[in-house]
Amino acid sequence: MSRPSDAFESGFEDPRPVENPRLGPLEWARWAWRQLTSMRTALLLLLALAIAAVPGSLIPQESADPNGVISWKASNAAFVSIADVLQLFDVYTSAWFSAIYLLLFVSLVGCVVPRLFHHLKALRAAPPRTPARLGRLPAYRTAESEGDAEHALATGERLLRRRRYRLQRYGSSVSAERGYLRETGNLVFHTGLVGVLISVFVGGGFTYTGQRIVATGQTFVNEQQAYDTISTGRFFGDSSLQPYAITLNSLAVKYETRNLAALGEPIDYTADVTTQQPGQKPQKRVIKVNEPLSIGGTDVYLLGNGYAAKLTVRDAKGKVIFGGTVPFRPQDNDLTSLGVVKVGSASPKQLGLVGFLYPTAVRQTTGALASNFPDLLNPIVTFSVYTGSLGSGPQNVYTLDTTGMTQVAGPPTKTKGIQLSPADPVAILPDGLGTVRLDGITRFAALDIHHDPSQGWVGGFVVITVAGLITSLLIPRRRMWLKVTDEDGVLRLEYAALARGDDPALERAVADFAEEHRQALEADRGPVERVPAGV
Amino acid sequence: MTTPLDQLSVLLLLSAMGLYAVAFVAFALDLARRSSEAQAMADEAASRSAGATASAAVSEVRGGVATLVAAPPSVDGPPRSNRRTAARVALAVLTVGWVLHLGADVLRGIAAARVPWANMYEFSMTGTLIIVGIYLLALTRVDLRFLGAVITGLVLVLLGIATVGFRVAVSPLPPALQSYWLVIHVFVAILGTAFFTLSGAVSAVQLVQARRERVLAAGRTADRVKLLATVPTSTRLENIAYRVAIVGFILWTFTLIAGAIWANHAWGRYWGWDTKEVWTFIIWVIYAGYLHARATRGWRGNGSGWLNLIGYGAVLFNFGVVNVFFHGLHAYSGLSS
Repeated sequence: MSRPSDAFESGFEDPRPVENPRLGPLEWARWAWRQLTSMRTALLLLLALAIAAVPGSLIPQESADPNGVISWKASNAAFVSIADVLQLFDVYTSAWFSAIYLLLFVSLVGCVVPRLFHHLKALRAAPPRTPARLGRLPAYRTAESEGDAEHALATGERLLRRRRYRLQRYGSSVSAERGYLRETGNLVFHTGLVGVLISVFVGGGFTYTGQRIVATGQTFVNEQQAYDTISTGRFFGDSSLQPYAITLNSLAVKYETRNLAALGEPIDYTADVTTQQPGQKPQKRVIKVNEPLSIGGTDVYLLGNGYAAKLTVRDAKGKVIFGGTVPFRPQDNDLTSLGVVKVGSASPKQLGLVGFLYPTAVRQTTGALASNFPDLLNPIVTFSVYTGSLGSGPQNVYTLDTTGMTQVAGPPTKTKGIQLSPADPVAILPDGLGTVRLDGITRFAALDIHHDPSQGWVGGFVVITVAGLITSLLIPRRRMWLKVTDEDGVLRLEYAALARGDDPALERAVADFAEEHRQALEADRGPVERVPAGV
Repeated sequence: MTTPLDQLSVLLLLSAMGLYAVAFVAFALDLARRSSEAQAMADEAASRSAGATASAAVSEVRGGVATLVAAPPSVDGPPRSNRRTAARVALAVLTVGWVLHLGADVLRGIAAARVPWANMYEFSMTGTLIIVGIYLLALTRVDLRFLGAVITGLVLVLLGIATVGFRVAVSPLPPALQSYWLVIHVFVAILGTAFFTLSGAVSAVQLVQARRERVLAAGRTADRVKLLATVPTSTRLENIAYRVAIVGFILWTFTLIAGAIWANHAWGRYWGWDTKEVWTFIIWVIYAGYLHARATRGWRGNGSGWLNLIGYGAVLFNFGVVNVFFHGLHAYSGLSS
């Protein structure tokens, strides 16, 4: 924030040696406040903010890339404790980053408020007195004319008023000023920034963001326990979730098949869903990648997809001990996917299956399977089999904790792993454990559900901020003077202008005004002679 | 898959680069001429220093306009500028090159059946097109021919990197980019980048000019870089750089906002500190600092000039390094990792 451009304090430096007076606590506080709200400090804080934002782009952040954090920690074990102390995985909510921008905003407020009062005063004040020597101003020209001084001044006033200058007559001169909107815009811009910050802060408390994987045919009900993961703001309560249900009817995916340079790249995802809200009829809706679904105060985004296998596990007697749709997490662009089946009700030992789903399976020269196209052209599901204890406590559906388990099938054991395909859907588990059946393969949609009531506020303040920015940068503020001196019947006309802030068109403005004035006077009383300056 | 249209686009682009190279040489020749011209002017001035003021006054009277007192150094250049054959040749070649460049860009767009800025190759191609376009447009208002060598040189390097390092065949848009915000957000970013480029180039010359002015002011007469005598003063250059940067800053603000709105549509949040968002923010803050530096005592002049260059460095880093090497959601370089 700069000092107001019409403040008079600048430019006068006292050459006398400075005596340092003794400062009491109040004086020290005032001194510190002056320092903090000075332009130089604001500038340094801005640069500090820019530098402080850099580490967050070099080190993965918990908020944007949690998996990246895990792998960074794994490969930089020696630095993890230091990084944790410095909050390097949460740079943008860290104490030091927050300190910088809070200081910046305090400095901003401390600067805006006095400027606001100054500007309010300036808005009501008349333009300043005409300087004694106009020739010293950055833009200046003279002309001569005949006739009545009062008429020349009145004509000048009329022209300036038409150019929307504010006017004040001082004797035989007119003082004019325009572009007050420049400072207004500046103040609006900075106030708007504060508004954005506050809405983000306060609004953040009311937000929640949840993720849920929904396989084709499944229904998501908007309840807290229905989310796979959910993070909530501090004002989140039980009543924050509005009741609704979304059923995924189908997820259609199109892949590029003709352009060899982009073979297999996805070109469209379309999720057909049926939504149900209390007291309303079910509605058919569509969710696409750039087209979220708005429902019940939330936006529902389609952010991921993959395959899910419908599986049934029976024990040796033929009793169903597991039946369900198991999502497989994609591992590469051709959707080789990893999935886990946990059969807690198997006895005497619990049963765990870990395996891959290959949508278009091909056998590599090494003998291993791989997928070479993301669509379901030749799907194969393989499993390694574990027995033992699945462990207690919260379970991650994508990983199998094998610490309490023994592998009984699949490499590196000698027993061959399980292999299933639509053409050959049943496999016998080793050691008389029973059978696994592949009932089908469908797609799942990874839905992100967001609720952010502050969006409108943030958006509104951003619009105000931008309007202020453009006004403050592009509207020139300038003062213009016209002085008329009657020298024995010859009128000496002086035109001068001073820019308040950057003004590329200052000289042109004076020239245009002088020329228009000349023409207006000429039209009234005949030709006007012009002479070079200084004559 | 290389379609015939894309092949033609490449051919046009390479021809444009050839012409830019010719323009670069011609601009460089012009700079060399300026050097000897400045010497001649200095000699002339020395030989008839007494008559100089009188002749200036005469020319002003003959102009028939009311004069300015303390007229600022003119950017319209000294009266000899009209004789600058090399610069005129350079401009003509540059203009023809730009038309071919435009053709290359349009054909690429037609070949891909979408806007030609969906990956880094296309962004570079369109970005440099806009840089040269804005430079040519600016030339109709201010004489910035002294910048020609810097601009053509920079554009050549950028296009060289783009064709060798970023070149990818036409491929369909991934679902995440299928949005009209691709048209708005990215195009505004390109425009902003182009204005920052021009502003940065002026600031670079400003810093060199300021150094020369300091040397001259210190009384050392050895003016080694004579061509700078034909270039506006550092204060004047700073003003030009500032005005161009203002436009860039406003456009960059729109880039940031349009990006946030698009992110809200595509990813479910308007701001998430993705690496690219971080760098867009850093650039915005640096340029905000630059605008403030102009109003801070001790930072005007060289300080603000350096800040402008640091800001531009961040722009280049954001494009060339963050896109390719940083992990994030803005993975659209089209290069396989």
